[in-house]
Amino acid sequence: MTSLFEEVHETAVGVPVRRVTITVNGERRTADVEPRLLLAHLLRQGFKLTGTHTGCDTTNCGACTVLVNGRPAKSCTMLAVQADGREVLTVEGLASASELHPIQEGFKEEHGLQCGFCTPGMMLTAKALLEENPNPTEDEVRWALSGNLCRCTGYQNIVKAVLWAAEKMRGSAQ
Amino acid sequence: MYPSRFRYEAPSSVAEAIALLEEGKGEAKILAGGQSLVPMLKLRFASPELLVDINNIAALDYHHFSSDGALHIGALCRHEHLEKSSDISSRQPTIAAAAPLVADPIVRTRGTFVGSVCHADPQGDWAACMVALDGRIVAQGPSGKREIPVRSFVSGPFQNVLAYNELAVEAVIPAPKGTALGGYMKLERRVGDFATAAVAVAVDVDGGRVTRAGIALTGVGGTTIDAADAAAALVGSSLDAETIARAAELAAGVAQPRSDHRGSASYKRHIINTFTSRLLSGIAESHEKAA
Repeated sequence: MTSLFEEVHETAVGVPVRRVTITVNGERRTADVEPRLLLAHLLRQGFKLTGTHTGCDTTNCGACTVLVNGRPAKSCTMLAVQADGREVLTVEGLASASELHPIQEGFKEEHGLQCGFCTPGMMLTAKALLEENPNPTEDEVRWALSGNLCRCTGYQNIVKAVLWAAEKMRGSAQ
Repeated sequence: MYPSRFRYEAPSSVAEAIALLEEGKGEAKILAGGQSLVPMLKLRFASPELLVDINNIAALDYHHFSSDGALHIGALCRHEHLEKSSDISSRQPTIAAAAPLVADPIVRTRGTFVGSVCHADPQGDWAACMVALDGRIVAQGPSGKREIPVRSFVSGPFQNVLAYNELAVEAVIPAPKGTALGGYMKLERRVGDFATAAVAVAVDVDGGRVTRAGIALTGVGGTTIDAADAAAALVGSSLDAETIARAAELAAGVAQPRSDHRGSASYKRHIINTFTSRLLSGIAESHEKAA
């Protein structure tokens, strides 16, 4: 598929294009975008960060969730121009070069995924939760993840994975 | 899905935003949280020529109680800020009860209270709270500010009375006459779905008697429904069981539900009765305990 990101450039004759500078996973990235370009498409087709999945494209499923200035946002429901000057964290920014993030480890240890489509959004929402509340109850995890839909797991192991990560992160913080 | 093309501006002051609206001559739209507008742009239910993004106007990002006890909510105050505010949870129970039920947790990080009221979705939660609380919207245009009571602010489904060059800068919830009590109950099939039916109740109590009451219904009519007679039945009472039953019946009586995939009309009417009664009984109980 030709990336829409490029297509917009080609057809943008006479359409004002805006330059945005976004810190994506710690790295400053600059792009010229048409205002109607969605953040999800800039990330996926523009920056080739395809870990951000677009599921429903209608603000329901939460698969496209990324962190914008630390808070979860559905990147299909935000314009790329709105991220100008902000920090965006995608799933690609979770692990370091040598180590998985504890949340990723948790999903591996507790088998928190089956098809994996919802997983990036789940993990980023979980990251925001654990930063705010390092010791959540099971109910609090379920509540925090209630905007992220999973059609495979029945959520049991996703919740376990987040609790696993919470425990590990508390341990390493001491 | 891609929105149709538009010009985009992100001013950093209210004055600039109003100047842009003026320039847009009715073809401009304000973008705040975007959690309703962006989906509508993508579905092309809306195709404005100019989008005025107010997210860079930091001065609109607040909520606070003024010295007279009124609650002021700025146009950039997100749902989650109301949900997590200790001030709100201790002083404004109707808003505190509704905040965690708006959409889903991710939408709540971006969506705004004022934007939701302006969007005027008959199934929106905040419009019902505003009606129950006698809230007002502060609109600012080129010639200054004016206050619009929410009952005349919403003029129909997805319609409000803002002029093309006016920006809703703030919502105001007046100070309670006594102790503010209240709640919000919503039936939804799953988190993030539109309400099957919901009820907002706000009751001010002084000396064991109700001094002011508001009841409003979500999702059971073409607009938010003001159950004014039900609320009037509470004023002067001590929230006894008989009064509660009558108010619940009156509230269910003014609902105009339609049968659809979320439930039959009679089921929804029944829910309005049950929720109104449960909310008022809960309020009466908590007030007795506190007294």
